[in-house]
Amino acid sequence: MSILLTENTTFIVQGITGREAVNLTRECLDYGVGAKIVGGVTPGRKGREVHGVPVFDTVAQAVAHHGSPIDGSVVTVPPAFTKDAVLEALEHDIKLIVIVTERIPRRDVAQMVERANEKGARIIGPNCLGLIVPDVIKMGGIGGPAKDAAKAYTPGSIGVMSRSGGMTTEISSTLTAAGLGQSTAVSIGGDAIIGSTYAELMPLFEADEETQAIVIYTEPGGRMEAELANWVTENQSRLPIVAFMAGKFMDEMPGMSFGHAGTIVEGKADTAAEKIVRLREAGIAVAEEIAEIPGLVKDLIGEKVAS
Amino acid sequence: MRIILPIPDFPSESGDGTAVAPPSSLTFPPAMRFFEYEAREIVKREGIPVTDYGFVTTADEAREVAARIGGSTVIKSQVLTGGRMKAGGVQFADTPDEAAQHAENILKLEINGHMPRGVLVDPKAAVKQEYYAGVVWDGIRKKPVMLFSDMGGIDIEEVAEKHPDHVGRGHFSNLTEPPEFLAKEVIAQTGVTGSQLQRATPILARLARLFVKYDMTLAEINPLVELEDGKFVALDAHMDMENEARPRQKAILKDLGVADEETREAREATEFEIAGEAVDGMDHRGVAGNVTEFDGNLGLVIGAGGGSLTLFDAVRKYGGKPANYCEIGGNPSVAKACGLAKLVLSKPGVDKIAVMMSIVSNTRVDIVARGVIKACLELNMDPAEKIAIFRIPGAWEDEGYKILDKYGVEYCDRSVSMHQAAKRAVEKIQGDVPTGAAA
Repeated sequence: MSILLTENTTFIVQGITGREAVNLTRECLDYGVGAKIVGGVTPGRKGREVHGVPVFDTVAQAVAHHGSPIDGSVVTVPPAFTKDAVLEALEHDIKLIVIVTERIPRRDVAQMVERANEKGARIIGPNCLGLIVPDVIKMGGIGGPAKDAAKAYTPGSIGVMSRSGGMTTEISSTLTAAGLGQSTAVSIGGDAIIGSTYAELMPLFEADEETQAIVIYTEPGGRMEAELANWVTENQSRLPIVAFMAGKFMDEMPGMSFGHAGTIVEGKADTAAEKIVRLREAGIAVAEEIAEIPGLVKDLIGEKVAS
Repeated sequence: MRIILPIPDFPSESGDGTAVAPPSSLTFPPAMRFFEYEAREIVKREGIPVTDYGFVTTADEAREVAARIGGSTVIKSQVLTGGRMKAGGVQFADTPDEAAQHAENILKLEINGHMPRGVLVDPKAAVKQEYYAGVVWDGIRKKPVMLFSDMGGIDIEEVAEKHPDHVGRGHFSNLTEPPEFLAKEVIAQTGVTGSQLQRATPILARLARLFVKYDMTLAEINPLVELEDGKFVALDAHMDMENEARPRQKAILKDLGVADEETREAREATEFEIAGEAVDGMDHRGVAGNVTEFDGNLGLVIGAGGGSLTLFDAVRKYGGKPANYCEIGGNPSVAKACGLAKLVLSKPGVDKIAVMMSIVSNTRVDIVARGVIKACLELNMDPAEKIAIFRIPGAWEDEGYKILDKYGVEYCDRSVSMHQAAKRAVEKIQGDVPTGAAA
């Protein structure tokens, strides 16, 4: 199985007439069983088509045209308009929103997330490439054109979560080369505040019977890794986790830490070195190089089976 | 005029090397810090009481302000760095002439590599009690949080560690205006009551509102003081604005005289870094971002965000000395890839470049290959000799490999890991293996 997406997931693309959005639409339609993109929204462009997908002025029109609730939306509109686009999608009961847009002020992100929580919806991103269930469906630019995505991703039992969109593909490709397929790979976004953190997605992977292990890509900054470490410790997760930490060099450059007030709210686990310690304390294996990840995953799955 | 600082290497083991801070775009979270005089102006315009201070840039102006204030004054250096008290950047004066003398000295005083923008002349306050008021983001709860302490004037971090019961905190919703009662509750947590509670409450509430209004990542008043007469004033303030929000905060930035190009980075950009920005601005296709100078011999044309972080670590892990950091990606044009490669290849001390990325899906391998080869040729350099390794797998890779073959450039596909590619580049630049030999 998978998390968040199935072959039946329907979604729209907000900002569908933009150059990158047109490519993304093509890629998603071509990949796997073919994404069910039931509409696109760009204000003032109603009546057009993008690769056969009808374009509407509003989300309401797209929902009316589809005739039943739409599951998701990929939002790829400029930063100044993103919040309004997401609020519009939430208002029309879309429950899975992938925000591709970069450089959104965090006040806007926090408002979108809080509203999504009220509506029982989930946001992935911003500043992400979306998610992919290998050979089935992708939602977002993750993995690129269908033939390139097919080279990197194969179906299997590893859940992948990454703060870097590109590294989601690099890691999945490395797993694929070692015979380890992926259940679902999620580019969670690189910003200080994101819709879904590692710890917030863990229960979904935990509930997915197919998933046997998790691989995460992490960077310095923020407390998401510490939050994951806490979650793993408190919930006695059945899933072994392997992490890779990039940006260790940043620890040696001054001026990298939060201000004092930030530290007392979020704690000190902010640098690469501190995060590695925290992850290891929680029993999470930390790979020194990407190439070590498949071996560590196989060892940990083997231990689980043996015990 | 820009001050160009020398670019040291990373601190050595013995600690005698000094490293410079990276541009704020490379820090997390990226934010622009305000000078104290600007931060005070912001709190003042949002209705938080301040002293009758003056910001000046000459000793004569300092004398005038001190004379206007009358009585004792404090002269404070306006620099974007900590430790100014210790460095002698804060002095007390009893007369206008003394204020002028201190101002003259402080205006010439460099603190942690920063020259002051000016000095603040502040009345010496009759302080009864110091408090702390702050607002900051909690990235895990995804909400801002108000902070208050009745132990102000020192690092809030230290107070939280040693006297946790003296720090009050309260998260607030992003969807409604931060309520005054929450400010009251946060202050009351520290045991403050009576007129002090009543005076401090609107100040903390206003601080929370300005934090939201101006897209701050940090808004602190430390110390917030109670004067002998019972009034509360903000005696120092620290504000950071999120870089992403600057386009919509133009009005306040204009009022404060902050120019669009003023980045407030931890150090001034070098000529090399300014040239890197110019490359990025050449056209709108793709990005050549975060070009940061180091003093090694291996030039890096690397991407994208996470890939760059991974590859820079990998080069250092295998003993390589990077000449620069950068993040290229988002499907750059041939011209942009060429421009960046030329910049790096022309940097004094650079022997070779490594062109490496994580698997690309949007960026085209052949376009980057074309760009970096063009850069070599235009500089009359041999691509096969100057490009230590080309490791960009992904979209249009077969087309890219054909071009690389033609010029004899060593390349590898996704079966060679990012770390192995970096190792290979380091080996070649250190002369451990002959150029062109198989990896």
